[in-house]
Amino acid sequence: MSGVIPLSWSLALSATLFVIGVVGVLVRRNALVIFMSIELMLNAANLAFVAFGRSLQSLDGQIFVFFVMTVAAAEVAVGLAIIVNLFRLRETVFVDEVNLLKG
Amino acid sequence: MREYLPILLFLIVAAVFAGSTIGMSSLIVPRRRNARKDSAYECGVDPVGNARARFTIKFYLVAVVFILFDIEAVFLYPWAVTFRQLGLYGLVEMLLFIVILLVGYVYLLKKRAFEWD
Amino acid sequence: MSVRMPVLLPVDLWALGAVIALSVGLMVMLLLEWAPVRPGSPRGAILSLLTLAAAAGSVLYVRDVARSLFGGMFVHDGFTVFFTILFCAVAALAVLLSWDYARRTRIGQSEYYMLLLSATLGMILMAASNDLITIFLGLELMSLALYVLVGIRRARLESNEAALKYFLLGAFASGFLLYGIALLYGATGSTNLTRMAEFLAASPLQNNPLLIVGGLLLLTGFAFKIAAVPFHMWTPDAYEGAPTSVTAFMSAGAKAAGFAALLRVVLHALGGVHANWAPMLSAIAMLTMTVGNVTALLQINLKRMLAYSSIAHAGYLLVAVVAGGHEGASAALFYLAVYSVMNLGAFGVLTLLGRGQEERVTLSDVAGLGFRHPLLGVTLTVFMLSLGGIPPTAGFMAKVYLFGVALKAGWIPLVIVGVLNSVVSVFYYLRVTVAMYMEEPALEPVGISWAAPGVIALMVCLALTLWWGVQAHALLALALRSVQGLM
Repeated sequence: MSGVIPLSWSLALSATLFVIGVVGVLVRRNALVIFMSIELMLNAANLAFVAFGRSLQSLDGQIFVFFVMTVAAAEVAVGLAIIVNLFRLRETVFVDEVNLLKG
Repeated sequence: MREYLPILLFLIVAAVFAGSTIGMSSLIVPRRRNARKDSAYECGVDPVGNARARFTIKFYLVAVVFILFDIEAVFLYPWAVTFRQLGLYGLVEMLLFIVILLVGYVYLLKKRAFEWD
Repeated sequence: MSVRMPVLLPVDLWALGAVIALSVGLMVMLLLEWAPVRPGSPRGAILSLLTLAAAAGSVLYVRDVARSLFGGMFVHDGFTVFFTILFCAVAALAVLLSWDYARRTRIGQSEYYMLLLSATLGMILMAASNDLITIFLGLELMSLALYVLVGIRRARLESNEAALKYFLLGAFASGFLLYGIALLYGATGSTNLTRMAEFLAASPLQNNPLLIVGGLLLLTGFAFKIAAVPFHMWTPDAYEGAPTSVTAFMSAGAKAAGFAALLRVVLHALGGVHANWAPMLSAIAMLTMTVGNVTALLQINLKRMLAYSSIAHAGYLLVAVVAGGHEGASAALFYLAVYSVMNLGAFGVLTLLGRGQEERVTLSDVAGLGFRHPLLGVTLTVFMLSLGGIPPTAGFMAKVYLFGVALKAGWIPLVIVGVLNSVVSVFYYLRVTVAMYMEEPALEPVGISWAAPGVIALMVCLALTLWWGVQAHALLALALRSVQGLM
């Protein structure tokens, strides 16, 4: 047994995660769940980076993941702050109920 | 599959050891129950209300700050591994990186992000 | 074993000067929290202006050299210099417009300017990056700062709602962009734009699904960021809810930064497969112009109207991208400079309307403004004419050159749609002027918060809009020179 997972498997998993993330953003109405779905999309990209990096025999893919993780953490800090502030002002985290601006 | 044999053996030994010690102690342990021993104090505090209560916002702030500084540490690992090859240049780069983080920390200190009351 | 160390020459340090100056400036701003001043002190604004001047000066000092740094991730060329100066100018004008606005709307001072500088730094990195990963990092630095800036009036419901929508859709777009980058990395084996171009030239992977899907996802991400239809939904809400000075800054800076990165990617990396993406982008351009202009017709809130107008302008700019080549790129640069100035001016006038924490930005608020405040009336009229593309303003010259280039490249239907759209747009731009001069003011006329820095910024925008309207050659030559190294 070689023990090497074929590239196509990793990519299939990554694509599945990405699609779950996209669908989650589109169908869910809870800001926190939408945010979690976005994080899922970023992690799907991370998985693709690592898989490609391995198949291309280059370290670049692994290094990119570090950067993406850092960016995702910064995004968490900013995003949660906005959502917490929303809850303080409106007592809701459902994006349907946030509708002052329209036209 | 031969190379996995030691792992299998290890798993078996671990399971047998853990199972036998727990099993033995439950078999031969002396049981003298009384009210004090059965009280929650012996293994924690009485639960007060539902766990799905709201937490104070300060927990959230500390958690976010922790995540930010924690994740930055990830860059130290590849640098540490290649420290010798990178030499002085790498050291200076990493010091710059740490200084930037430190500026953020000093700002948080001024903003009283780490004070609890 | 030893790794080849990058050697930084003095000229490289000058080229990195903008990045270094902005990084130091924003860190100093954070540390200055320890030295409190009375509220309303202009310290943050002054420090920002000094930082931006240092950044622009350092890059100008080495404007004629071309350098590629950090393994080809950061390039210093004419394109980088053009956009660095543009972003520093946009940020400086935004600082002047915020000077009084931030004070009267009670926005915390040091954080506000620190975030403004961070966003500027992100924009510069986007324009200077020759690697998809650094483009992504620059984009995120800009976006994260802008999310906070949009929601910086924490107690105001509209500001918070705008920040939430901008953040959720912006992060969603980042997900698409990043996944596109990952697939392109897998398809071409590199994220470096030059190496991707070489790879595509050597083996045209027309039928490589990875490449096609990756490219589509990347373009989707960019379309979100530059607010192209059908990915424009966040724009009106974010622009309307944000503090007006922030709207001015992001409508000019963030759009220019998005286009800078898009130009580098599609013309440098994907330039060889122009025929594959141009028809799709031209369809998006037509849709963007039309939807933006038609929806703008229905708006009574001026910030919202200008938001739809900025969507329409993204459509015009996409025409230049579709035309491609040196001329198309130079038309985009020229248009972006003009657009930034006139848009900052238009939003800048709005920052002066209202007193204290008031927000008075509807059509009825400006009714009669032209007679009560002739200076503001004339200034806003010039910006509206320029946005509508009426001579003798800069907006007219920019549109003529842009459509001329597209015509020469053979995109005739695209140009026809563009010109028709320009005609439609004149209607809603002129409606503002009509309201100012021909309608009775509302019961309670809008108060004006006069402030010298804001007026100076408006005069600069006004002067440039008129100057480039009659003397466009210098800017045009500069734009053409700046794109020489791009392809």
